[in-house]
This record gives sequence, C-alpha cells and structure tokens, in this order.
Amino acid sequence: MSIQALAATELVALDHYNPNEQEAHIVLDKAICRKCQEKPCLVVCPAVLYTLDKNGDINFDYVGCLECGTCRVMCKDKGIIKWEYPLGGFGVNFRFG
Amino acid sequence: MGKEDKFDAIIVGAGPAGTACAYTLAKAGKSVLLIERGTTAGSKNVTGGRLYTYALDVVKPGLWQEAQLERRVTHEELMLIDGDRAISIDYHDPSFSRPGERPQSFTVLRASFDEWFAAKAEEAGAILACGIRVDGLVEENGRIVGVLAGEDDMYADTVIAADGVNSFIAQKAGLVKDVTPRDLGVGVKEIIELPSAVIEERFHLNPGEGSARMMLGCSRGIHGGGFLYTNKESVSLGVVLRPDQVAAGGRSVHDIFQDLKTHPALAPLLAGGETVEYGAHLVREAGYRGVPEKLYRDGLLVIGEAAGFLINTGYSIRGIDLAIVSGVAAARACLSSGDPGPAYRAELDALKLLESMRAVDGFTNLMQIERLYATYPSVAAQTMCELYSVDGSVPKTPKRAIRGVLQQQKLSLWQLAKDGIRGWRSL
Repeated sequence: MSIQALAATELVALDHYNPNEQEAHIVLDKAICRKCQEKPCLVVCPAVLYTLDKNGDINFDYVGCLECGTCRVMCKDKGIIKWEYPLGGFGVNFRFG
Repeated sequence: MGKEDKFDAIIVGAGPAGTACAYTLAKAGKSVLLIERGTTAGSKNVTGGRLYTYALDVVKPGLWQEAQLERRVTHEELMLIDGDRAISIDYHDPSFSRPGERPQSFTVLRASFDEWFAAKAEEAGAILACGIRVDGLVEENGRIVGVLAGEDDMYADTVIAADGVNSFIAQKAGLVKDVTPRDLGVGVKEIIELPSAVIEERFHLNPGEGSARMMLGCSRGIHGGGFLYTNKESVSLGVVLRPDQVAAGGRSVHDIFQDLKTHPALAPLLAGGETVEYGAHLVREAGYRGVPEKLYRDGLLVIGEAAGFLINTGYSIRGIDLAIVSGVAAARACLSSGDPGPAYRAELDALKLLESMRAVDGFTNLMQIERLYATYPSVAAQTMCELYSVDGSVPKTPKRAIRGVLQQQKLSLWQLAKDGIRGWRSL
C-alpha cells in the first residue's frame, strides 16, 4: 500500500509518553494570546498542539509535546509564560529517536 | 548531598557530548556524575541522522565496532524537487566502507546509540542518573560549584553543560544568549519501518550498506530541506525548516512534511512502510558564527550543541561527531594540570573542531541565497523537462530552452550571475 499522509493527532498517538498529570511544563496566558496577531504557534508546533477554538482563543494541550522548544523560541515575551522541560522522567520517550 | 561528597565532574545531559566526556573522565579514574532528564539516555533525543565514525576513534580506537549503529553509508544522494518532479544525484563510493576498515559514517537512531554509549560510560565508572532534570546552577564567589535538581544540590570541581540545543544551563551561567528563530531549524521526522531486504533493493544497497539523501525544493521556499536516511529496518524521513519563515508562510510544519512524504518520487521507496514514531527537535543552523565567544567560565564548560557545534553544508550535516569530539576535549581539559577553561579551548583547537567549523563557514552565506529553496530546484527541473521532452516537434536549441526557463521563473541573467558570484565567494 502506498504511504499515506497522517494527521498530527495520529502521528503523536504513535509516540510513548509518561505525562505529568500534576504539572504542565508549558503554560499560556490566553489573554495575551488573544491579542497576539501573528499566532506563530498554530503553524510551527510539529505536533499541532496549538489550535484556535470557536471564540478565537488558543487551545493547547501539553500532553503530546515533543519537547522541541520551537513554540518557546517563536513566542518570546508573549503568551507562553512558562516553558520548561517536563520534570525528570516525564514527557515523551523516544524509542527510536 | 553535601559538599564533602563532591564529584570531580558533573555532566548535564547524557547525549553524545556529555557521554563522551563522562567516559573519558571515568576511564582516567575521575568521579563523574552524568545526569539525564530522560528515563534512559537517548529517550529525549532525535537526529536525522548519521554519525561520522572518526569521532568514536577519538574516544577510543575501535570503539565504533561495538556501537549501536544502523547502516554504513556508501550512497550520498541529493534530490531537487519541483512540484511533482524530481532530479536525483546518487554518488556511490565503495571507499566510504572498505572491508576491514572503519566505515566513514553510519546512519544512526539515537535511542539505541545514546543508551549504548551511556552504558559504556557507566562501565568505565561514571554514575549515570536518569530521570533527573537539572534546574539550575550553584554559584559561589563567582564560581560554578554545583547543580540544583528540585530540592537536591550536588557539587563538583567542574560542571559541564551538555544539555543540547536549547542550552538552558549555559544561558543560566550567562555564557550564551537564547537561541533566535533565524539561527534555527525545526526538524521533524517519521521512522517508517520496512524490511531490511526491501530497503536494500529499493535503495540499491549491498547488505548492511546505507544511503543518506538531502532534498531541496520541498520546503515551499522556506530556508530548509528534507532528509532521508536508511536504517537497518526503517527509514528516517524528515524536513528541517526555519521556524520564522514557516510562521510567515502560514502552512504548518506538519503539512509541509506530509506533502514531502507523499511526493510521487518518494512513494515507491516508502510503499508498504509503517510509521512507528514521530519526532521533532530544534537544530542550530548558524555554524561557526553561532558558537558563543566564551565556552567556559570558572567551574563550567559548555560542550556539544549547547555550544553551537553543528555544521550544515547543505549536502551533509554534522553534529553528533562534533559533540563527541567536544566532550573529549572538555574531559582532557579537566584532566590537564591547568585551568580547565583555557585548557578546553586549547583542546578544541588541538582536535581541530573550531578550525573545521570555520573552514565551511561560507556555506552559511551560501544557504542565505533564498532562491536555493524553490527557484533553483524549479529552474533545474524545468531545464530537464525541456531536454527530455520529445513530441515530434522541432526541439528548441538548448540556449533558447534555458532562456525560456529563466524567463518563466522571472529570473534575469544578472540575478543568476549575482547569486553565482555570491555562492562562489561564500565558498
């Protein structure tokens, strides 16, 4: 069978995670995000974890994060008010890398 | 932990840089703590990728023979893409892998390679502590004396920051400024499983041999390109894109990558394959000019990609080998009788790391020619189309055909000459 394009949700579902339910490693201030004109997060996150809801607010789920840091670099001094690597042992576990 | 239990060295990050450093120090009898935030070494790491084996010989001659590696690269490929068309160049060189000699490079997967390498460092006597995130540094009288992880503090004569591209530790030490989008690429890749025999047949490989392919013209004009590496029983397919240009273009990293994956020139290579992992990682693109001026301060050394050690010439990418070499340089500096900081710089020079980076620094200029990413692949493909199309009508003279192609691309001979001169100068 020929290779198919896969949705980001399907791709992320292939990865293994140990999510930290207690603490999000990335935190947004959605009020700042609402005022952001560019919203680079919508297109630069490889896992497409940033989406827009019906009200024009940014939806974000830190579970599924591949921990690349692209959103952090593109969202300097804006809506991402905390970006840390997940606490030791938590987050994505690449089996191939 | 109290200061009386001080280590000779604490290394933050068990990637190739940190582990090479830990291995070398432990072999020399030093007490070493190698801290890794992943549950295993390699579990947070993603590469294209390949490893040039000379670097493992710097650690220990013959070490490559034990390493967890994929395929010996004998095919170096370049592909220019324009729409659904593609031009491929395949350079096959058996001398890159002669029987009884060390092959020049191997394709590699980081989860298995890094885990193997960290186990070697442990075997040599280093203490590997996985699942620990280092949060900060302990400073006393202007000197870095240890690290903080949650409630714990740990002390060492020298702290070595090997924490990769985002280099939070080196930033906390005030040695490097934060990375900026224009000096970065965001890399994404899929691991697509295929049987070993199928890979060898489709890529024209002898058993155990591998290919490394760079692709231009698949980034929607964005500074970047694609890659395709053959592993033992999978291929690593991905793209690297400058994130600020992705944001300006509006099409997502994910969509650009899926477009490449389903390109008709790749379809027969990937047919029947099953994606088993999706990874992403940032990569430094600034080369020599991205290396911070100061790579050390009292009590702290910065190595690997945290120090910006990466070479991208467009046709090949080197990071893991430079990381390993810098790890060995830092270890040798710690073992020398002098001040580790200046000694580290001297060891880097002795191992010709910065000199190697400086020699190919011009490629960074070359790759700033924006027409490289869409216009020129398109010109090349259209020229091929003119040359190979036969429909019984009188063919255009090659000169007229090429002029027509340039007109179609709205490219003047003057612009072409300018880019040509710029390209030549940058080399």
